[in-house]
Amino acid sequence: MIAWISIGITLLLVVLLARPTGMYVYSAFSAEGTKLDRFFGPIERVIYRLSGIRPENQTWKTYAAAVVISNGLMMLLVYTVFRTQAYLPLNPSGIANMEPRLAFNTAVSFMANTNLQHYSGESGLSYLSQMIAIVFMMFASPATLLGVVMAFMRALSGKPMGNFFVDLTRSITRIFLPIAIVSALIFVALGVPQTLESTTVAQTLQGEEQSIARGPMASFLAIKELGNNGGGFMGVNSAHPFENPGAISNLLQMILMLLVTTSLPFVYGKMVGNPKQGRVLFVSMAMLFIVMLGTSLTAENAGNPALNALGVDQQQGSMEGKETRFGVTQTALYSVVTTASETGAVNGMHDSLTPIGGMVPLVNMMLNTVFGGVGAGFMNVLLYALVAVFLSGLMVGRTPEFLGKKLEGKEMMLIALTLLIHPILILVPSAIAVFAYPETISNPGFHGLTQVMYEFTSSAANNGSGFEGLGDNTPFWNISTGLVMYFGRYLSVITLLAVGGSLAAKKAVPETIGTFRTDSALFGVVFLGTVLIVGALTFFPSLVLGPIAEQLTLKP
Amino acid sequence: MSHRKKALNGDIIRQALKESVLKLDPRVMFRNPIMFVVEIGFVITLFLSFAPNAFGGNTPAWFNITVAIILLITLLFANFAEALAEGRGKAQADSLKHSKKDIVAYKESGGTLREVPSSELRRGDIVQIEAGQWVPGDGEVVEGLASVDESAITGESAPVIKEAGGDFSSVTGGTKVLSDWIKVRITSDPGESFLDRMISLVEGAKRQKTPNEIALNTVLTCLTIIFLIVVVTLPFFGNYLDVTLEVPVLIALLVCLIPTTIGGLLSAIGIAGMDRVTQFNVIAMSGKAVEAAGDINTIILDKTGTITYGNRMASEFISVGGTNDSAVAEWAVVSSLKDETPEGRSVLELAKKMGLRDNQSLAADGEWIEFRAETRMSGINLTDGRKVRKGSVDAIKKWVVEQGGAIPNDLDVKSDKVASAGGTPLAVAVDERLLGIIYLKDTVKPGMKERFEQMRQMGIKTIMCTGDNPLTAQTIAREAGVDDFIAESKPEDKIAVIKREQAAGKLVAMTGDGTNDAPALAQADVGIAMNSGTTAAKEAANMVDLDSDPSKIIEVVAIGKQLLMTRGALTTFSISNDVAKYFAIIPAMFMAAIPQMEALNVMRLDSPMSAILSALIFNAIIIPLLIPLAMKGIAYKPTSSAKLLQRNLLVYGLGGVIIPFAGIKLIDLMVQIWV
Repeated sequence: MIAWISIGITLLLVVLLARPTGMYVYSAFSAEGTKLDRFFGPIERVIYRLSGIRPENQTWKTYAAAVVISNGLMMLLVYTVFRTQAYLPLNPSGIANMEPRLAFNTAVSFMANTNLQHYSGESGLSYLSQMIAIVFMMFASPATLLGVVMAFMRALSGKPMGNFFVDLTRSITRIFLPIAIVSALIFVALGVPQTLESTTVAQTLQGEEQSIARGPMASFLAIKELGNNGGGFMGVNSAHPFENPGAISNLLQMILMLLVTTSLPFVYGKMVGNPKQGRVLFVSMAMLFIVMLGTSLTAENAGNPALNALGVDQQQGSMEGKETRFGVTQTALYSVVTTASETGAVNGMHDSLTPIGGMVPLVNMMLNTVFGGVGAGFMNVLLYALVAVFLSGLMVGRTPEFLGKKLEGKEMMLIALTLLIHPILILVPSAIAVFAYPETISNPGFHGLTQVMYEFTSSAANNGSGFEGLGDNTPFWNISTGLVMYFGRYLSVITLLAVGGSLAAKKAVPETIGTFRTDSALFGVVFLGTVLIVGALTFFPSLVLGPIAEQLTLKP
Repeated sequence: MSHRKKALNGDIIRQALKESVLKLDPRVMFRNPIMFVVEIGFVITLFLSFAPNAFGGNTPAWFNITVAIILLITLLFANFAEALAEGRGKAQADSLKHSKKDIVAYKESGGTLREVPSSELRRGDIVQIEAGQWVPGDGEVVEGLASVDESAITGESAPVIKEAGGDFSSVTGGTKVLSDWIKVRITSDPGESFLDRMISLVEGAKRQKTPNEIALNTVLTCLTIIFLIVVVTLPFFGNYLDVTLEVPVLIALLVCLIPTTIGGLLSAIGIAGMDRVTQFNVIAMSGKAVEAAGDINTIILDKTGTITYGNRMASEFISVGGTNDSAVAEWAVVSSLKDETPEGRSVLELAKKMGLRDNQSLAADGEWIEFRAETRMSGINLTDGRKVRKGSVDAIKKWVVEQGGAIPNDLDVKSDKVASAGGTPLAVAVDERLLGIIYLKDTVKPGMKERFEQMRQMGIKTIMCTGDNPLTAQTIAREAGVDDFIAESKPEDKIAVIKREQAAGKLVAMTGDGTNDAPALAQADVGIAMNSGTTAAKEAANMVDLDSDPSKIIEVVAIGKQLLMTRGALTTFSISNDVAKYFAIIPAMFMAAIPQMEALNVMRLDSPMSAILSALIFNAIIIPLLIPLAMKGIAYKPTSSAKLLQRNLLVYGLGGVIIPFAGIKLIDLMVQIWV
């Protein structure tokens, strides 16, 4: 009962916070002067002057180029830090330079908001790398995509696209930094360490020595969750008692993961001048979320059927790989939240989830539209909305229109290309991996296939959680997932900004009763149908061979 | 028009069957990527039928042959759909071509007439056509008057009068002069005539893909590529799990998943859509124009002839300023003796009914003043010097004042009364004296009000254009139920309205026939010219209505919508079918290696092989089953978009999910007898 109440409270808080956050995000990015300017304006003007930013509107091409080039330079900088960290200061534990392929993978991983960690946090990175390189990217990466989604929404609503550097700056100064500072302080209050001192050595009750890793964790944790980064300070991520001490910190982490991404539909509704447009999408995504959560809870609470058959008591559900302080409910909820928001933080071992319980996070990432990561997720949602508009527009006998703009050959070509990206990035490398590198997979059979697919899906969706169990710090895995993360991030940014640019250039068609409305429950149905049929059917055969086959063969 | 509504006769079907085999040519197939994938699958399975173990497979040869045959049939069905649609168009074109052949033209050269074949005529040539001869090409009458039988083009058997100048001067090649003679200046080079364009359009051979078709094709190709990736990567996963996946089974899965249903029917839908327009006796210059018709936001309609019968009949003579009614009638008659307009003739008729004798002698040698849009009046200058005028109240008032007369006090009251009753007041004046008013009545055609209501439900705004004064216009507008009207409109007003609507992002349709309509027809997104209209109007428009019925624009809009809806509905149906096909094939594929997969066999299909064959057979036969729907278009009733979508989603979306479950199960029950 308490478990259900805790889920209810978490989701209620998320829903209650979504709209106000949306209104705040909207005014934070508003081109017209707002009250926020009075406070943030002076700081930002200093930043603009120092970095030579002229806050002018950009075309979709310059905006996209600004994203790709600036992020590219950031990756280069961070790569250099990783490769030379042994010589740089703030390295009390004397950690060595990172190997080039792992450094490439890690740099892409953090820039692409994925935080797939093929290194182990405590022993692979110096404090400088953690704080400068990693934390820097943990801010820059979600800020980039928050800017991009704002530009995309502006284009759809017929406004100028804005300026990437202004959006990037505002994302950090007005959204991520203030919220991160406040929540970091709360985490400290909840017992999360925040120190620059090196690993401490403790005497255990048995009289043995144990070295305990610590560091500036609270600040790291705040942006890890808020920015949908997900990379753990510790190797075991939020399952570690320092990184997630208890129920309240667990709750706060889930709220932070969903805070910005659930607010975006409301930003969108306000931006296009019709709150219902955003509400329809929010409700549709929430319904997907509920279905996912329900499936996961059912599977985890039922426990492992093979163990049930042996007469093992699984009253508490399947507890393998879960922390006793969170239990089945909080771990299942966390796994759904972290993959719905493409954060990738974990408070339990996803590899140990029941087959169906493990399939839920996988499907979340394959759909990449159950809220999704900051910016990227909502871009994907709008992509499926465009496909849904195209199909239903034809069905009412008109050239499909979205927000008054006609969807024609050029836009559909770009949308079709974007639809191709995700399946290609997941299925093709997975096929290569199981064919050419089966020795890196720790589990044989269906579970091994799921591990591989999970790794690439997590990379392509920029989630970053791992099923683990893979020997993933190898040249193949570092390079392949690095490329998948990179393309998963930037290809759709470019194609969708192009769609936005192309639509923005069109004259708006006035809405009549003959126009298909995208702010109705009916559209929500079409949207969900499109996501499930176009999005999910693609992965059905591989899911059948992975988790579904595993579940079926577990049956006694 | 019945002679062109050829039913599907044996010839067309036989020809289509032949064509569907010829279209298997990979060079032709390549243009349709979806069906091309099927063809490649066919070739591979055909190869495997003779060498079953070529790729190390274990499927028996008979299974491979069966898959190959079903794939071949799928291809033939798709080709047949296209060939059938093309065949119907060709049949129409042939009957048109028939009327075009071997016309002898009498070309004027150097004052004499020379006999030349019609194919040698060039733009600008002058030909003379006598009674009993065929018109050798499109052109404009420059001299003479003749009655012309246009039934070959319009299907309308009543002859039409064609004369030089005015709005009835254009003639079409392939029509026949019945009486008298005309001289015609040819306006098109060979191969570019109206008839030629019509033939090439209905033949469908040179059909260009419309913008929506291109967009849809892109999406379908994308889905094909996605499923190709799904199927190609699957054996790698299978290999890792030691699950052997047979090539023919993978091909079957691929063919079932890619949208073959819509892929096979897409071009048939397009051709049939054009065909429906043609059968409706409207010639569209491009498929794009038909699609644009579905998007129309605003329709501009002329009041006269479209909304009302147009022959405004004189129904009363009303005196003003103390004269008596019979004086008004008398002078109205004088002013109308040489007036050939329907209004003028109705004045004489009314007078006759009232028992007035007409004063022929008075007007005998008078100078007739033609009605002009600028002056808005007509009349006669009598030999005794008196000037008689009849025209719009404003124009006559101005004229009377110019003549030095005064305006009777009761004129405005009386004319307003006529106007507000929906009538048109015509004032009659002799020199400086304004005698009275002729009350012209106009009637709205039955059924127009309902049609405009339908338009409103479709979200289309109707604007009525009329030369009437605002009061008259308002009454008619209210009576007919149009949304807006432009009173006292001049031709340039129409362009202004079109531009205004277009500036607001709307698509505008209009009909017109006169030369002065041509600029507006060209400006409009969909311009429908009347076949009876001038060449200039027809050139400017993107559709020509052979029946010259201006209200047909409403049906054209419906056809345009229906075309898009048919595509959308069948696409949704095709994609939704995948759910059931997955549940048929996926468990069957893996059942040998993973027996527990039986749990996913929700349809309880008999065996893996029967499941795969049943899904494949369903995939093939759904194409011919849907051909009638593709040709006829899905049912369309003018209503709001929300209701339309709801209905189509239910029928084609939900239906698309459910129907194949039942269909595949049913086929499996039959297939399992053999397998």
